[in-house]
Amino acid sequence: MSGADDNVELASSQDDVSQLEGTLGPAPSTHFASRFDGFTGIIAPVLTTILAFLVGGLVVALTGKNPIKVYHAVWNGTGLNWFFHVGSYTARIPFTTAHMWFPWDTASIAAQNLQQTLLITTPIILTGLAVAFPFRCGLFNIGGQGQYLVGTIFAVWLGTSFSGLNPFLHVLLVLLAGAVAGAFYAGIAGILKATVGAHEVISTIMLNWIAVWVGAYLFGQGGPLQGSQPAIPISNDIVEGAKLPVFWGLKLLQGLSVGIFIAIAMLVVYWIVINRTTLGYEVRAVGFNPESARYSGISVARNYFLAMAIAGGFAGLGGALDITGWQYRIGENDIHASTIGFIGLAAALLGRNTALGVGLASLLFGALINGTSGRQLDPSIFRPDLAGNLTTIIQGLVILFVGLNLGGLLIWLRKRFST
Amino acid sequence: MAEAPLLELRGITKRFPGVLANDKVNFDLRSGEVHALLGENGAGKSTLMNILYGLYTPDEGEILLRGKPIELGSTRAAIEHGIGMVHQHFMLIPVMSVAENIVLATEPRRRGVLLDYDAARKRVRELSDRYGLIVDPDARVDHITVGQQQRVEILKALFRGAEILILDEPTAVLTPQEAKELFEILRSLKAQGKSIIFISHKLNEVLEIADRVTTLRRGVVVDTIAAEGATEESLARMMVGREVLLRVDKKATHPGDPLLQVENLTVIDDRGLQAVSDLSLSVRGGEILGIAGVDANGQSELIDAIAGLRPVKAGRITVDGTDVTHSRAKDTLDAGLGHIPEDRHRRGLVLAFTLSENLALHAYRKPPMSLRGFLNLRAMLGRARRLLKEFDVRGGQPTTPAAALSGGNQQKVVLAREIDGDPKVLIAAQPTRGLDVGAIEFVHRRLVEQRDAGRAILLVSLELEEILSLSDRILVIYEGRLVGEFPPTATEEELGFAMTGGTREEAVA
Repeated sequence: MSGADDNVELASSQDDVSQLEGTLGPAPSTHFASRFDGFTGIIAPVLTTILAFLVGGLVVALTGKNPIKVYHAVWNGTGLNWFFHVGSYTARIPFTTAHMWFPWDTASIAAQNLQQTLLITTPIILTGLAVAFPFRCGLFNIGGQGQYLVGTIFAVWLGTSFSGLNPFLHVLLVLLAGAVAGAFYAGIAGILKATVGAHEVISTIMLNWIAVWVGAYLFGQGGPLQGSQPAIPISNDIVEGAKLPVFWGLKLLQGLSVGIFIAIAMLVVYWIVINRTTLGYEVRAVGFNPESARYSGISVARNYFLAMAIAGGFAGLGGALDITGWQYRIGENDIHASTIGFIGLAAALLGRNTALGVGLASLLFGALINGTSGRQLDPSIFRPDLAGNLTTIIQGLVILFVGLNLGGLLIWLRKRFST
Repeated sequence: MAEAPLLELRGITKRFPGVLANDKVNFDLRSGEVHALLGENGAGKSTLMNILYGLYTPDEGEILLRGKPIELGSTRAAIEHGIGMVHQHFMLIPVMSVAENIVLATEPRRRGVLLDYDAARKRVRELSDRYGLIVDPDARVDHITVGQQQRVEILKALFRGAEILILDEPTAVLTPQEAKELFEILRSLKAQGKSIIFISHKLNEVLEIADRVTTLRRGVVVDTIAAEGATEESLARMMVGREVLLRVDKKATHPGDPLLQVENLTVIDDRGLQAVSDLSLSVRGGEILGIAGVDANGQSELIDAIAGLRPVKAGRITVDGTDVTHSRAKDTLDAGLGHIPEDRHRRGLVLAFTLSENLALHAYRKPPMSLRGFLNLRAMLGRARRLLKEFDVRGGQPTTPAAALSGGNQQKVVLAREIDGDPKVLIAAQPTRGLDVGAIEFVHRRLVEQRDAGRAILLVSLELEEILSLSDRILVIYEGRLVGEFPPTATEEELGFAMTGGTREEAVA
């Protein structure tokens, strides 16, 4: 009996080998999502990032500037250097007038930079989750941008109404409205996918454009949500009661609102839903193998719809957080210029659709955007108008390299040169 | 008999990290013989043949062709030495014609750049006439049957001048009829002096076609024997290393009440055609009802309709008294159905899921696996640990991805999940496809056990042997209709005749 048992074990290990060697054994029929999942863990994203920065540095060098100096300036602009300046300071305890001892200077320039970085990181986390969640269900949501915009539109609409409402209720109402609006909006693509099989990539791209032009109409010249100043295509500011509390820095100087905590909480919610609930289990089953899921009695259509709606909820909440956290208004120009949904896409890809990964990747992109913004960079080190492009280059490279699957490349190289 | 072998492999050793895939393997092929290479999944058959086809280089040992040592660093070198291989998974370009596929990489040309299609067609036709491999050179590859595609693969090898043909599990994808035709082709190739290496783990095929049989076990050659005089039992013992029960040992059955009833069922397939027509059957507790038939005669549609995966056009289905005719898949499962699907990779398992997650695929909805929408991971792991032990699943922990297991162990996971759901009715569709002898024995034993425990089992299989040895009653399906009922004592000929549309009376006459 034992001889045969050993045999079976050998069989399994050898199957592994033949798969690694990429030869003739039957290919495991895993869904495309699995290629991006937990394959090489943390190594591939880190490699991806390093490589992107190296190539970005090359581009900087081509412009005749010193890449090391530029990256150093960018680093200082992100405010992340704040953590390395430890000393003895006093800091105001948020939401009080009391002060306490604190190892960092909460009022330094670096502190202000860090607040800006985290403000930008907030919506990236949420639009990142809007890509990550459906990805686990085998869907590629390109519509984060449109869902985010719909969230901002509803946030402005409700935020400029109901003056005098209890501030807590008002903020809650605005955030919920943004999330629900985003969910409904993405749900359209979900329903189309679930019922007639319309590909979500196409339908979400279309929905992005619809959101952009509806927004442009609403806030544009003569639009229903245009503010009280004629000839300026910008909405009114939302009322004081609809603004999120600022807990670090000054409201006037665009201090950091509590929105970042809501975003981080959503990362936790995402992790729990995906890994610990029956909904997440179904979503992952459908993502890996819709056919097996169907045979187990899981409704694939229902999960497609839910995954898209939840994604839209994240993105819409992201929009509402931006409005209630620091923007307070939208102009027609902002609608056209915003690319936060696509940055979220890059963050989800780089973060491999895990909660921690999306969080870290969002921080990376938020820091890059802030660090290369014209406000932060000394023109003698690098031209600020070029610096913004540097961010775009690095983002683009990240998406390119994620597609290349550097982890797979690494395994191949190791095999190649190990013998 | 002392003539030098055409091809000889001497002391071939191949190591992979952690595995000795081939250990000092000796193998020889005589001119004009069919030499079968037999072994369980993972015994090292494919590794050895990939070495011979130039895909791997051996760590030790040498390859001699007509007595002279040769170096095979690439498939190109192998082809130049007259070695051709037909892979289990065809390497054809679906949108190209048969002729285009065959001449690929060595196309006859006009003016240096243009494909001389007429010349290609002519040469393909000559070749197919010579060896009796009938194919239409102008047909597009994705429009012809799997059996014909295989012929194209063989022709491709012959076109490149193959004297030695390696066939890797060639019958795995074929229907019984197509397999018969393949054997005819192999005999004709043999008659024309080609030498063939036939890789398989199916004993009856090996006995039917091979002149000699070499058995591999755990990378080592057990023995090379003449096929004449060998029996399925003796081959199985060589292959597995212990006595194997090829015939299922089962007691007389005492069927109870009908648990699955299908009345006048009509089902439409994906193309909108009627795949199942006015079909009625009933399976009683404690019996195995086998459905025999050639592939694609409505079996899949019948199963899908019962399982709630395909709408029913007309008729009625009840599981343990519950009407499930128009139920969703989940409700049908809840009514007491267990389903071992046809294709464990595509339908039975989520390969990227862990074993624990796979085992929970039905149970996750209810306590204790989940409570108010939250999974109870501890309960899932505990159940997985218990089931892996109970069903003797090897090579994995509860947290191992299903993809890492061998086929037999994967099927055990599916079996464990379905049986542990305590179904009244169990559908087993092709439950042993692609499994080796040891695993087949295990699956069969479990199915009989479930029968004896009073469950109603509907077995659908393309393997007549399996139907005959497991079933208590046999129904034959042909073009979506049941064309005959047979006792398990029926012969393969009787069944085979009904499967192709003949009636029983004609068979007797």
